[in-house]
Amino acid sequence: MKDSLILSFETSCDETSVAVIKNGNQILSNIVATQIKSHQRFGGVVPEVASRHHIEQITGCIRDALNESGMSYPDFDGVAVTYGPGLVGSLLIGVNAAKTVAWAHNLPLIPVNHIAGHIYGANLVKQIEFPAMALVVSGGHTELVYMPKEDDFEIIGETRDDAAGEAYDKIGRVLGINYPAGKQVDQMAHLGKDVFHFPRAMDKEDNFDFSFSGLKSAFINTVHHADQINTSLDKNDLAASFQAAVVDVLSDKTVKALKEFPVKQLILGGGVAANLGLRDRLKKDLTDFPETELMLVPIHLCGDNAAMIGAAGAMLLRHHVFADASLNADPSLEFEYIS
Amino acid sequence: MKVLSLDTSNQPLSVAILDDNRLLATTTITTHKKHAEFLMPIIEDLMKKSKLKPQDLDRVVVAIGPGSYTGIRIATTVAKTLAMTLNIELVTVSSLLNLALNFKDSQLLINPIFDGRNENMFTGLYKFHNGQPENVIPDQHTDLSEWLNQLKATNEKIIILGEIDSFAQKMKEKLGQHIILADPLKSIPSASELGIYGLHQKPVKDVDSVVPRYLRLTKAEADWRKLHPKEDTSNYVEKL
Ligand SMILES: Nc1ncnc2c1ncn2[C@@H]1O[C@H](COP(=O)(O)OP(=O)(O)OP(=O)(O)O)[C@@H](O)[C@H]1O
Ligand SMILES: [Mg+2]
Repeated sequence: MKDSLILSFETSCDETSVAVIKNGNQILSNIVATQIKSHQRFGGVVPEVASRHHIEQITGCIRDALNESGMSYPDFDGVAVTYGPGLVGSLLIGVNAAKTVAWAHNLPLIPVNHIAGHIYGANLVKQIEFPAMALVVSGGHTELVYMPKEDDFEIIGETRDDAAGEAYDKIGRVLGINYPAGKQVDQMAHLGKDVFHFPRAMDKEDNFDFSFSGLKSAFINTVHHADQINTSLDKNDLAASFQAAVVDVLSDKTVKALKEFPVKQLILGGGVAANLGLRDRLKKDLTDFPETELMLVPIHLCGDNAAMIGAAGAMLLRHHVFADASLNADPSLEFEYIS
Repeated sequence: MKVLSLDTSNQPLSVAILDDNRLLATTTITTHKKHAEFLMPIIEDLMKKSKLKPQDLDRVVVAIGPGSYTGIRIATTVAKTLAMTLNIELVTVSSLLNLALNFKDSQLLINPIFDGRNENMFTGLYKFHNGQPENVIPDQHTDLSEWLNQLKATNEKIIILGEIDSFAQKMKEKLGQHIILADPLKSIPSASELGIYGLHQKPVKDVDSVVPRYLRLTKAEADWRKLHPKEDTSNYVEKL
């Protein structure tokens, strides 16, 4: 088969990223300009500030991605872009830039769902095989996605309230950790013990859904109560107890899903997929499923980046999934929920 | 020189294609604010009708703001990306000046206004000398009463245009006969005027650093700067 070359764009939240991806699995360049430092001033992402940074960065990132890859426009087969879900003002910068480049060089425009991108990050390490299951855990999403074939994404379970990453960031704030707190809470968790036994919500229920707001409240109440009676709790133990609860429910529901849907691979993707506790637990769990291979998105590709969008874009290109110049941002784009 | 000009600063969307001073094709829409959806298809269509390919363009001229934040970002993103990807010239023009250009043959003071909600406005004052603009009072974000004080000092006849519905009455009360309301058709920005004006302006040196002229910090940023007046604000984005 002929090589395919994709120029991809990702601007759904607070990273401006442009990548060049060959054959859906090879990164020729992956430029990521992160705004984290800016939003840390405010303790979280401020949408209007994010949009302003994206437009500041976008052409520089395109230029760098092209230069680093050594490719030029006639080499490309398509331009892929995240068009949702995400912050509308942020998405619009990537979508408009991608449409402009596609039109200027007469290239097909490939619309990519950001979550499909998080899943296809795995393809940059090893080819995904189907049927597959993906556990996507990120700042805005926590869902189990069943994929009977490569362009078919079915949500079989999802969070009913907070996303896992969101919960990490919120309890992180209580521990005095700046946004995004996930990585540091993960590190502290490894130094502490689960002594608080926070609730494992919905763990025993007969579905694949999650809930993290009860856990978050239990955590906050525990800390506030200790403050009121002037005792101080070990922060590492708090982090370890929180993480144990999160990892327990994520892994229990995933195991349950694997029992009902036998698959060739389990993919772990999204920002929270960088969590070492979760990675270790799934490795252990999967020893009970010798037919299922664990596909961990590499830690440096778990956060938002355009490489994963290019990997998903290459798959969509094979299926001739194209958009025309009227493509708009869709901030609440979602896969279908199959019950 | 083949020029593409675009303005999506507020509710109206206007795109034009020119060959030097000659207009080849133009479209202006005022009924929708679906710029993200409409802008690229309209550019495509007008280019086809002008029998031009993207590579034939020599220059992009964009109304860079002030205006609706999302609106000015859409035109600016398309314009700077096009200039970068085709390696052609980019000219940026104040969106207020572009509106004022509808009166470039007038001797009077021209006051384009964009409604900033709650008695606030983006505005500036212009005067034309043989078609060349002078920005008599700089573009700014201000409130009506403060702006009226600035206008009063000129003691001249002023044509007001743009989003004037919530201001016209009070401006007439305060400045009386000095205030002249523009014909509604002339309150709509024209990409043709923008393109012709942009033909004679200097292109920007560094396309990558072009950002919209918001003329206003975000609230979060303004509050933060008040608390941290000395902090260097230039290094908030890092390449990984
Ligand atoms: N090691 C870690 N352990 C737990 N959480 C982590 C870790 N590293 C990062 N995170 C969390 O990952 C989240 C960011 O992930 P990501 O960038 O994919 O989210 P997003 O793009 O904002 O949301 P979405 O992908 O749902 O649109 C943050 O909440 C962050 O705290
Ligand atoms: Mg993400």
